[in-house]
Amino acid sequence: MAWFRRSKENISGSQKKDLPEGLWAKCDECGEIIHKPALEQNLWVCQKCGYHFRISSKTYIAILTDDGSFKEMDKKLTSKDPLGFVDTKPYKDRIKESIRKTELQDAIRTGVGMMNKRSVVIACMDFSFIGGSMGSVVGEKIARAVDKAIRLKAPLIIISASGGARMMEAAYSLMQMAKTSAKLAQLSRKGLPYISLMTDPTTGGVTASFAMLGDVNIAEPGALIGFAGPRVIKQTIGKDLPEGFQKAEFVQEKGFVDIVVPRKELKGTISSLLGMMCA
Amino acid sequence: MSKMILEFEKPIVELEKKIDEMRTLSDTLDIGQEIQHLEKKVIQLRENVYAELTRWQRVQLARHPERPYTLDYIGMMTNDFIELHGDRAFGDDKSIVGGFATLGDEPVMLIGHQKGRDTKSNVYRNFGMPQPEGYRKALRLMKLAVKFNRPIVTLLDTPGAFPGIGAEERGQAEAIARNLFEMSHLPVPIVVVVIGEGASGGALGIGVGDKILMMEYTWYSVIAPESCSSILWKSWEYKEQAAEALKLTPTDLLEQKIIDGIIPEPPGGAHRNPEAAAQSLKEAILAELAGLKKLKADKLVEKRIQKFCAMGAWNE
Repeated sequence: MAWFRRSKENISGSQKKDLPEGLWAKCDECGEIIHKPALEQNLWVCQKCGYHFRISSKTYIAILTDDGSFKEMDKKLTSKDPLGFVDTKPYKDRIKESIRKTELQDAIRTGVGMMNKRSVVIACMDFSFIGGSMGSVVGEKIARAVDKAIRLKAPLIIISASGGARMMEAAYSLMQMAKTSAKLAQLSRKGLPYISLMTDPTTGGVTASFAMLGDVNIAEPGALIGFAGPRVIKQTIGKDLPEGFQKAEFVQEKGFVDIVVPRKELKGTISSLLGMMCA
Repeated sequence: MSKMILEFEKPIVELEKKIDEMRTLSDTLDIGQEIQHLEKKVIQLRENVYAELTRWQRVQLARHPERPYTLDYIGMMTNDFIELHGDRAFGDDKSIVGGFATLGDEPVMLIGHQKGRDTKSNVYRNFGMPQPEGYRKALRLMKLAVKFNRPIVTLLDTPGAFPGIGAEERGQAEAIARNLFEMSHLPVPIVVVVIGEGASGGALGIGVGDKILMMEYTWYSVIAPESCSSILWKSWEYKEQAAEALKLTPTDLLEQKIIDGIIPEPPGGAHRNPEAAAQSLKEAILAELAGLKKLKADKLVEKRIQKFCAMGAWNE
């Protein structure tokens, strides 16, 4: 028993961390220590409080597609450093380091797979790669995923997890917002469905382009979804933000998300929707 | 004469003042030659200073509080502008203005961000930072232009879309995304001109078009240099470096093949001679519209999408 007790329940950093190494994981929300194999079994959702851990594109694709059906496209696309961007370190080094650390090529993985025996094109972002930021590679891969969906007459599913546009590609990044939105408008004119799944976090230029443009917008419970980040808003207005502000449930209440769907039900819900939306 | 003088404008303005003083004396003294000499000198000095401007100094020029804003340009370029208000859903955003006017001999839909010039008008205009209803008003007006087959001209000048509670509640992201989605396919010519600050999605939200132009002393990028500094350098102090790194000037963006042209401004910038700036803006817009009108609507849209799809750089 400690001599002094904290008057407040818990002091915890607001920064959510990626999953720690080892056999045990700690829930960012309730602090529960969870046995990792059990957590994995539960699709990385805390059994105690329902908190959805951040997971990789690989895991989402495994959850959403039929076993072994996914074929990745455009694997070799990597970021160039078109501006020779240097901040505290060169962008070139940042890319190299991220590729090495994450074993990903950029912040999105795209491909074709089967979802309950239906052919779908999937694009899934990885937050672990430079904050899931959208640069030229993300834009181009989404554009090609749209082309693929049109060729196959298949639905498109994009899973977002992003801090927004990638600053190190400056105006190029900004223009990816227009590029991806224009491509989605093409898809829409072909009468093909586009499902947008927003996961924690989906903010900035990604929300203000493809993430908000789904025929159906789906969000995972508790996901942060917004245009401006909470810190920026707080600084601008000089006030505390209301409870639950910019959480998936809040965004649904405001009318910008159709359904909040727990991870376990994603595949079933999306499949049913697609069944009702297309042949 | 400008009231607000930027640091690098000072030597030029001082020399101009001296010439003015001498002019008042020239009735009594024979100093005509002297004045001529100084006038040449001031032109030379200005050329030298402006040729050497850093990117950060150009950002400062783009924000010069005496620069002409959208309504100033509209007033100087047209004489029959009828402003139309409201998004038909929530309200009328004062930081985006729009309406029909005749440009040259052609009725067009003019839309732009609108900043204020003093505290009161800046509060009224929310410092040129739109809320969702601003973007939705803009889209409504664009669709009106389509209905009557009129070209659209948008003027970009914003420090960014407003980051506030209400803006988030009413779907700031969705409003911008919807505009990008819709603008990509509008079957009328769209000419976009950055007339001041082109900050991020807040600018792009009315910035998808067939021709993208920038006036000479403006900037356009994914983020303002100060914010970039605060995120990447974790301090507000590196705005100069951030401006350099972002390569955000018209010349930079022309090189990156993101914009199609640069509209020259009068010596010293648009604020030193707004009428001349408006004239060159008007000529540039009319020239682009004349070219775009030759294209059929479906070709126009196809080329517009291709244009944005070509933007980017990657290894494969």
